[in-house]
Amino acid sequence: MPTGGRPIGGAFLLFRVLRGRPARLGIFVLRRVLWMVPVVFFVILITFVLAHLAPGSPWDRGAGRQLSAAVIHNRNVTYGLDKPYWQQFLVYIWNVAHLNFGLSFQFQDQSVSGLLLAGWPYTLTLGLTAFCLIVPVGILLGVVAALRQNSKVDYIATAFATLGATIPNFVIAILLIIVLGVGARNATGGNLWLPFSGIGLDSRLILPVIAISALPIAYVARLTRASTLEILRQEYVRTAWAKGLPERLVIGRHVLLNALIPVITALGPIFAFLLTGSVIIETVFSIPGIGSTFVTAVNARDYPMILATTILFSFVIAAVNLVVDILYVVIDPRVRLS
Amino acid sequence: MSTSAALLPIEADLDAIEQVGLWKDAWTRFRRNRLAIIGGTVVLLLVLDAFLAPVLEAAHLIANPLKQDPVNLYASASWSHPMGLDALGRDLMSRLMFGAQISLTIGVLVQGIIVLIGLSIGLTAGYFGGKIDNLLMRFTDVWFAFPDLLFVLVLVSVFGASELSIFAAIGLVNWVNLARIVRGLTLSLREREFVEAARAVGSSPLRIISRHIFPNILGPVIVTITFGIPQAIFTEAVLSYLGVGIPPPTPSWGTMIHDGYEAINYAPMQAGWPAIAIAITMLAFTFLGDGLRDALDPRMRK
Repeated sequence: MPTGGRPIGGAFLLFRVLRGRPARLGIFVLRRVLWMVPVVFFVILITFVLAHLAPGSPWDRGAGRQLSAAVIHNRNVTYGLDKPYWQQFLVYIWNVAHLNFGLSFQFQDQSVSGLLLAGWPYTLTLGLTAFCLIVPVGILLGVVAALRQNSKVDYIATAFATLGATIPNFVIAILLIIVLGVGARNATGGNLWLPFSGIGLDSRLILPVIAISALPIAYVARLTRASTLEILRQEYVRTAWAKGLPERLVIGRHVLLNALIPVITALGPIFAFLLTGSVIIETVFSIPGIGSTFVTAVNARDYPMILATTILFSFVIAAVNLVVDILYVVIDPRVRLS
Repeated sequence: MSTSAALLPIEADLDAIEQVGLWKDAWTRFRRNRLAIIGGTVVLLLVLDAFLAPVLEAAHLIANPLKQDPVNLYASASWSHPMGLDALGRDLMSRLMFGAQISLTIGVLVQGIIVLIGLSIGLTAGYFGGKIDNLLMRFTDVWFAFPDLLFVLVLVSVFGASELSIFAAIGLVNWVNLARIVRGLTLSLREREFVEAARAVGSSPLRIISRHIFPNILGPVIVTITFGIPQAIFTEAVLSYLGVGIPPPTPSWGTMIHDGYEAINYAPMQAGWPAIAIAITMLAFTFLGDGLRDALDPRMRK
């Protein structure tokens, strides 16, 4: 859990930062951490208000079968919905602070945390595999394109990056399924095709990983290409060439290490996106992760589930961005703090 | 910017520069960009299609997108139905052509909401600065902290599924980007001499913002809007695909993918055609946006 690991990691980073440049950096980090508290609070407040503004109660879904007043009353008492809104909100905040997200409306007697924990492994399987593909492929494409600028390789890489960055991932998913799934199955008489439903550590991973990675790979490749090109023009790189360093050292040590700094910042949001899962990819490929759980919750008006997922996702995104900002300051001493 | 070169312009050159206005100059640059021209042409064709679809249907050149042929479900392509029929026996090509209407309408109307909120917050924060800026930007930060698609889904479930609620939800979630861009530009513009001069002769803030600052940020705003249109079209398609978007039977590309996906094993192009339509639309708008950006604001180039 991030709550267990963060203080140690944070303290270590803080130590490094403070050793390098005192006071101002410490304040910067502290301010950023404290800033997360109101952000998450307002996210909870807004989502809470929205959830209660929605028409209808969670109990009038049972089509055709009207629940008796007594049953509705009992349910409201069980879920704490009989109290005034402000009281419900305070109770909710209190519970969230204790990592208790309440009971799900749609699945009786199931806790929201339990449902989220049940779905997350599937999301992580997909997300982490994709991350392991995105980082090397994206960086490699970008670097090769930059080193061979305006060559055929560069144009092909750029064209792929444009396609990947422009075509929405669920459209890519559908087209992949049609060509490599259904199409390949029909063409080979059912011998050679890629499955497109479910998840596991086997061939079922291939299509969803490609679909979810296309945009991040394109993004990383574009960014790497641009920043490598910029570094290649720097004076110190010319100096490195001039003093006769082998290509391996000039590119590896002087160019790449510096070119990758902006890429690291971009990897943060990508990582957060993969941790929280793609609602749409999970739905297309019938993966029971937290993304598709969320869609089910929205359709069933399961507000505790909707609230918890939104809060959790906002927290993960905010936390990852924070870590990236600190990391940025630590690896690049030129960064000015604002 | 080199100061020495700017100080020594030959007068003939100055005249030449003055004769070519911003828009003409931009058009010249835009015309040279082959991809942008292709993108712009495809966008024009889509708009034309959106307007002409009802006319063609009235002239019986294409089938009624809602008319069902219950005997020939999933019929394959034929002369009268070039893309075949769908799960309810409706003409796929006609639905695809009418689908452009929904997509473009949502894409454009959403930009209206985004411009309304994003411009006013961005201009106010950027021009007045200080406490107002701080307050508005913190508000923007909180808004930004929401996961996009989740927020849209929550809003749609609150508003209920209708065309109106879809574009309200997408607009309410996506104005942050424009607000930030506008604020940044305004912040730097308000320190410039011509704004100071306007202030010195006693122009009101409203007049300065509308007459001096707004025309100068118009380029980036147009570019942001152009990139915002495919974003909104995509979000609508996702919502419809997830079953919380445009309510049936209105043809929407997202809904068509959703319905077609159920037959993916035996009639894959049911989902394939609308997917291709979305892909082409996204590419066209992106090329157009890239071209406009290069043409309207050469400094934004890489």
